[in-house]
Amino acid sequence: MDLTIGPNQFFWPAETVRGFYRQVAPSPAARVVLGELVCSKRLPFWEGELPGAIEALHAAGKEVALTTLALVTLKRERRLTADLMDLGLPVEVNDLTALRHMPVGRPFWVGPLVNVYNEGTLRWLAKRGAVRVCLPPELPLASVATLARAGTDLGVAVEVWGHGRLPLALSGRCYHARLHDRAKDSCQFVCEEDPDGRDVETLDGQPFLAVNGIQTLSQSTATAAHQVEALREAGVSALRLSPQSRGFAETVALYHRRLAGETGAGELASALRVWVPGGALSDGFLTGPAGASWSGA
Amino acid sequence: MMELVCPAGTPAALRAAAEAGAHAIYCGFADETNARNFPGLNFSREEMADAVSHAHARGAKVLVAINTFPRAGAEAIWHRAVADAETAGADAVILADPGLLAHAAEHHPGLRRHLSVQAAAANPDAINFYAEALGVRRVVLPRVLTVAEITAINREIDVETEVFVFGGLCVMAEGRCSLSSYATGRSPNMNGVCSPASHVVYSEEPDGLRAALGGFTIHRTPPGRPAPYPTLCKGCFASGEQTGHVFEDPASLDATQLIPALARAGVSALKIEGRQRSRAYVAEVVRAFRAAVEAEAAGLPLPVSLLARLTEGQAATTGAYAKTWR
Repeated sequence: MDLTIGPNQFFWPAETVRGFYRQVAPSPAARVVLGELVCSKRLPFWEGELPGAIEALHAAGKEVALTTLALVTLKRERRLTADLMDLGLPVEVNDLTALRHMPVGRPFWVGPLVNVYNEGTLRWLAKRGAVRVCLPPELPLASVATLARAGTDLGVAVEVWGHGRLPLALSGRCYHARLHDRAKDSCQFVCEEDPDGRDVETLDGQPFLAVNGIQTLSQSTATAAHQVEALREAGVSALRLSPQSRGFAETVALYHRRLAGETGAGELASALRVWVPGGALSDGFLTGPAGASWSGA
Repeated sequence: MMELVCPAGTPAALRAAAEAGAHAIYCGFADETNARNFPGLNFSREEMADAVSHAHARGAKVLVAINTFPRAGAEAIWHRAVADAETAGADAVILADPGLLAHAAEHHPGLRRHLSVQAAAANPDAINFYAEALGVRRVVLPRVLTVAEITAINREIDVETEVFVFGGLCVMAEGRCSLSSYATGRSPNMNGVCSPASHVVYSEEPDGLRAALGGFTIHRTPPGRPAPYPTLCKGCFASGEQTGHVFEDPASLDATQLIPALARAGVSALKIEGRQRSRAYVAEVVRAFRAAVEAEAAGLPLPVSLLARLTEGQAATTGAYAKTWR
């Protein structure tokens, strides 16, 4: 089992993006997915960083793929999705719209925002060229195990959400703009103020969710710290680590040591708390009873 | 005339919808294969066969929703539902999962396939892909689109589109939301439920009624005020200095005024949400909407007062159909 760094879900300034990929290039991750996942309006501000980041990652021996947007609606976004096919890198599909543009026989990856809940869908995607699939974070361990076995038979590498605020929902509406009494079209890019999303609490002050443009995330950071052995046994081929603003290179190194058997689950979890936004961890989607639950509590 | 697609959670509601003038009625089996898997709702195999005969005798079609995502290792349950819908004489199945669509295309090629809103196909490329790769004949559009976008989509596709005009409103792209399972462990995609009543706890407190879902406070209602059901995305939360309905107010969708615009946009069918509603409600809504689509088709003004009665005293919105909603 190895490590995949997922696309950054948040809106960071170009120089932050530059520093981030410079930092993770020498990390022990095997591969990196980059590109804009959440909002096409953000891309012009940082796309200039992509060629340099890709070059640095390739030079460090990483596999690199480009993500599609998670929700494609506008004409401009459809063109952007089609153009991804011509860049000479593997494409990670996070909206099935991309399959309309995918040349027949071209291998592709599938990200966690595509609904792969069962063997039938995995088989259908494999037939179309999927070679790597990161499962939706919502899936329990039993489903993960069934799909990892099916993936082995089909020659599809199956990944699981290993670390990061959980991508829980997408909307046509921008919640960041709404919290500033603006509409999506006049957002003035307020999501840039919150490098890990903007926290949402219940009226009783319980930490609950985080908004990130049109996306809603968990406020807790999900971690598979306690499930590494179970996932490995199930045949899962990689853990996906989703970028956060603080201590991410350290976080990747921590998971690497856990996979290498150098640290235990509890030790990893306490080390992660130093860096994760808000300090809360969860793993309930894998083990129940609810996504927000934490088995290490 | 645009087709009026009406909900039925029970055989009684189905009969009421047929009497009231529904062109098509959608319903599901009483299990986890459909996205309204609520206690006491939905159809047994026998009831489904009876329902189809009843509806057909009155010139109405029956569309069977099998629109959750099959559980790994248990796909046979969903495969059986598709086979049983065909045996019952259903006019179409409404599916969301690509694997299940591929299965239906291979094993039940004569059964018409509609793409559920749960598949969230939000642009012409996605819709054309589902049409070409999986033989989908109609797409229920996700509630993230404006009327102008729907018009543009219809110009670029050959399959029919169906849009929601009335009832409960999802503010998230349907089928791409796991808020409910984050709080409760049960979700629309996996279990066919959202913010399930089994996980709701109300408690009387000095400042009013607290409604919690999976232990998370969703609403606090002052004494003497009606308490809305704690649907997660309609809850009242705090973020920084702000307190309020971060995602959406507890309003329901009412796009009645947009019926002529939707007809001009090339929409084939109008859908009413509410398989969990009573047969009296279904009958009243269906009657009003049947009058409305007839008026629209005849170039007459909409029966405004008939439609206004449906939302009297309730908060309503046109949702994503107006661009400012975003």
